[in-house]
Amino acid sequence: MSFEKSKFHHPRLAVNDLGLTYRDYEGSLSTLCAGCGHDAISSAVVQACYELSIEPHKVAKMSGIGCSSKSPTYFLNKAHGFNSVHGRMPSVATGANLANRDLTYIGMSGDGDSASIGMGQFAHVVRRQLDMLYMVANNGVYGLTKGQLAATSDKGAKNKAGEQSLFTDIDLCVMALQLGATFVARSFSGDKKQLVPLIKAALSHQGFAFIDIVSPCVTFNNQPTSTRSYDYVHEHVTTAAIADYVPVKKEITSEVADGESEDICLHDGSLMRIHKLDKKYQTTDAMQAIVDIERHKKQGEILTGLFYLEPTCSHFHEMNNTNDTPLNKLNQDALCPGSRVLTGINNSFR
Amino acid sequence: MTNSINYNSSCTAINDFVVRFANTNGTGSASANNMFAKSILRMGIPVSAKNIFPSNIQGMPTWYEVRINENNFLARRGGQSELVVAMNAQSIKEDITSVKSGGFLLYDSSKQLIQEYIRNDIEYLGIPISAICQKEYTDPRQRQLFKNVIYVGALAAFLNIEFEVLKSLVADQFKGKEKLITPNIYALELGYQYANHHFSCPLSIKVERRDLIKNRIMVDGNTATGLGAVYGGATVVGWYPITPSTSVIEKFASYCDRLRIDPASGKKNYALVQAEDELAAIGIAIGAGWNGARAFTATSGPGISLMSEFLGLAYFAEIPMVLVNVQRAGPSTGMPTRTQQSDVLACAYASHGDTKQILLFPESPCECFEFAALAFDLADQLQTPVIIMSDLDLGMNDHLTDEFMWDDKKEYNLGKVLSAKQLDDIERYGRYLDSDNDGICYRTLPGTHPDKGSFFTRGTSRDEYAVYTEKSEDYVKNMKRLEKKFATASNIVPKPEINQTKPLAKTGLIFFGTSSHAINEAQSQLQEQGLTVDTLRVKAFPFHQSIEQFIEKHNNVFIIEQNRDAQMKSLLSNELSIDPNKLLSIANCDGLPLTSHYIVDGILSQLSEQLSSKQAG
Ligand SMILES: Cc1ncc(C[n+]2csc(CCOP(=O)(O)OP(=O)(O)O)c2C)c(N)n1
Ligand code: SF4
Ligand SMILES: [Mg+2]
Repeated sequence: MSFEKSKFHHPRLAVNDLGLTYRDYEGSLSTLCAGCGHDAISSAVVQACYELSIEPHKVAKMSGIGCSSKSPTYFLNKAHGFNSVHGRMPSVATGANLANRDLTYIGMSGDGDSASIGMGQFAHVVRRQLDMLYMVANNGVYGLTKGQLAATSDKGAKNKAGEQSLFTDIDLCVMALQLGATFVARSFSGDKKQLVPLIKAALSHQGFAFIDIVSPCVTFNNQPTSTRSYDYVHEHVTTAAIADYVPVKKEITSEVADGESEDICLHDGSLMRIHKLDKKYQTTDAMQAIVDIERHKKQGEILTGLFYLEPTCSHFHEMNNTNDTPLNKLNQDALCPGSRVLTGINNSFR
Repeated sequence: MTNSINYNSSCTAINDFVVRFANTNGTGSASANNMFAKSILRMGIPVSAKNIFPSNIQGMPTWYEVRINENNFLARRGGQSELVVAMNAQSIKEDITSVKSGGFLLYDSSKQLIQEYIRNDIEYLGIPISAICQKEYTDPRQRQLFKNVIYVGALAAFLNIEFEVLKSLVADQFKGKEKLITPNIYALELGYQYANHHFSCPLSIKVERRDLIKNRIMVDGNTATGLGAVYGGATVVGWYPITPSTSVIEKFASYCDRLRIDPASGKKNYALVQAEDELAAIGIAIGAGWNGARAFTATSGPGISLMSEFLGLAYFAEIPMVLVNVQRAGPSTGMPTRTQQSDVLACAYASHGDTKQILLFPESPCECFEFAALAFDLADQLQTPVIIMSDLDLGMNDHLTDEFMWDDKKEYNLGKVLSAKQLDDIERYGRYLDSDNDGICYRTLPGTHPDKGSFFTRGTSRDEYAVYTEKSEDYVKNMKRLEKKFATASNIVPKPEINQTKPLAKTGLIFFGTSSHAINEAQSQLQEQGLTVDTLRVKAFPFHQSIEQFIEKHNNVFIIEQNRDAQMKSLLSNELSIDPNKLLSIANCDGLPLTSHYIVDGILSQLSEQLSSKQAG
């Protein structure tokens, strides 16, 4: 079930550049388990979109199947959403994006959805450089089917039922890096300070942006032995770099002051500010990022933050040379060659 | 001078015979054979051409069968041919047997025929084609390619084809590559002269100019489907290669390249993605359809299986999209290069749960064009997938067909889509509210209105306002509405084509798609046997009520189709309130286009069985 939230607005709620309040970005009341990491991701999306002053109805929310894929109901009520089929969100998002390049596409998937049944589609949407934000809520289990181990579970980790993961885990960030994604990050649903700026940066990125978000499943995978539990993540997380988005006209005050900062200029003159928690960390070297991720994993640590960013990349429509006018807005005159042309075509078959 | 043996019983025919070409895959024979078929067309005589080819790129035997018939009997005739052009040493034994008694074998006499294969009831037209090429050309590629052109030249002499017609075809074929015209005409001359000098030409089978083509054109169904999709306004395509559907996409792409470039910017007014598999291909079409673009994909049997889950989602979530199914025989390691109509049930009921899909059954390239364009209107009107059920014979072979027509005054029917203004006028929008009582609800597109009309698209777990629910009443109500929508569809999709005598005949024939090609000939053969039949061609599913009436009004109704299990017969029995015992089946599943003989033999033997069992009883 989903429930309508009260529409009452406090008269003095803060508004963003569009005159919209935070509440204008909310979704329906969540029906996920209390404490589910996915809900924290939803609220991070709400905050990021509010702060970026994105028009909510100009967003399309795409998802597959799973608890995580239900989440788009719980943010941006004013946006259309599509809860498609298990593991196939990437293709549906591709079609939607080809039809209308003017919307912002937010994809929400799970580790089962992306790293197992939808692995092929995940790999290929990265290759296609679709202009979208692709998030995986990674809990190491299949929440919706009651806790089976997911392929992202660390080898040796156990789920609540005591089942042990026997095989090598799949790291979707490493895959995305290898396949040429131009924005790759990992975060933790419990760390809003890190997650919100990453989502904002990813939404501002023109191209394929991937964020793997460790998101504990309180019902099936939050026991101390799980490497996807709140406790484990809190204790073993290390951050490389996080990014923030600085619009052309505004200077932001950063919450994360430690480490070094570096500004990267985007297409439109706005800035991506990278805060490096590890001074030596480079966000421009995909191969090094893979090495760093694997090195931390060997030490039992989860490396989070922005791993890689290619600020000026081309996305599908640029490579395809698609008309700037969205294809779904073209009228019959632009689409139909008409009877005169047909006469010529007929003559070629005589 | 002549070195052919003359028989009193030579086949004699004007504008009514079959020429069969036996070639090797990948030797460039296709374009020469096509030129031959087109020369008959340009002589004003009805002609059909069928490729019979293996699932292989190079080295295997292929056949090309050209039927010339001024009565417009253009289905595969079956049986032996009056003239066989035997260019493949590998299949020569079989090719010699495929000549009709009194017929002719054109072969490359550079090497002697194996004595034991020789029949003495046919005539041998030996031309030393390889030797001529050896002498004339030095480049090995030319030696191979011009072999084909030489036999076409010889055929012109044998069959009385006007040489000027061939010359005009060469000129058309090499427009833009003029350098190639002279050598091709020269090769044609080599064959033409050789035949004229060594044999008495023309033979007793020959063509005579007629004016029977009128406005018809000769083209394959896949080209027509691809072009129809351009005219129908398709902009987004996801696809994965599979024979025999691939050329639908290739043609769509090449027409778009010419006709869909924005003149101001030079940018594309379409987007085509070769997806990672068929699941993604249809997912792309569904995503685009959801977002208000006209989108399609094309596939064949195995691809249909993979698309099945998504077809279910699109049915329940009510997403418009078009799927072209160019049907073929069997699985991937079946006979993927042979034709069939064997996905009828798999498509009509595609997917899990209670699903029914809209099917269109084009019979000709002209109808492929018309139905492809129409399918986008239907999908938008009905907010559901529309499947075009073509087949390999229709899709990949050239057919004589009515020219393509387009009415410039006709506007796309985009169905019930609400604008921002319309949304403003509505108190509360409900995506699945049946306000018009036809089962079709109003949809909204993402990005339309800042506060109204957004909803979360799901399968069935929602109420009329698209709010999540798993209540049984809501589920049932929705399913009943979808049923109503399907009933509405039966009056919107193309109606059947019915031909009835007055008074009505006792026996009726029902058929669809390419099975209709053999009907005119079968009817005339049945007439010769004293049997008059009425006919009904099904053009779409859901079935129009007139089909039920047709069955009611006839004593026996034969359902003619190209599969083993009589799938259309099952579908009719399942969907209509009729006496299933009235339905008799003519089903052919050998992978080759249906012949009139198969139909006639089947009808006559079943009727006489019926008669004798009645008498016995
Ligand atoms: C084709 C298909 N197979 C299986 C299922 C059943 N199923 C639903 S959700 C799910 C796993 C979801 O796991 P994940 O993507 O990790 O999401 P989570 O619930 O953990 O957020 C499965 C197997 C399905 N819906 N469709
Ligand atoms: S089962 Fe797990 S993933 Fe699903 S809602 Fe509950 S906590 Fe979240
Ligand atoms: Mg999961």
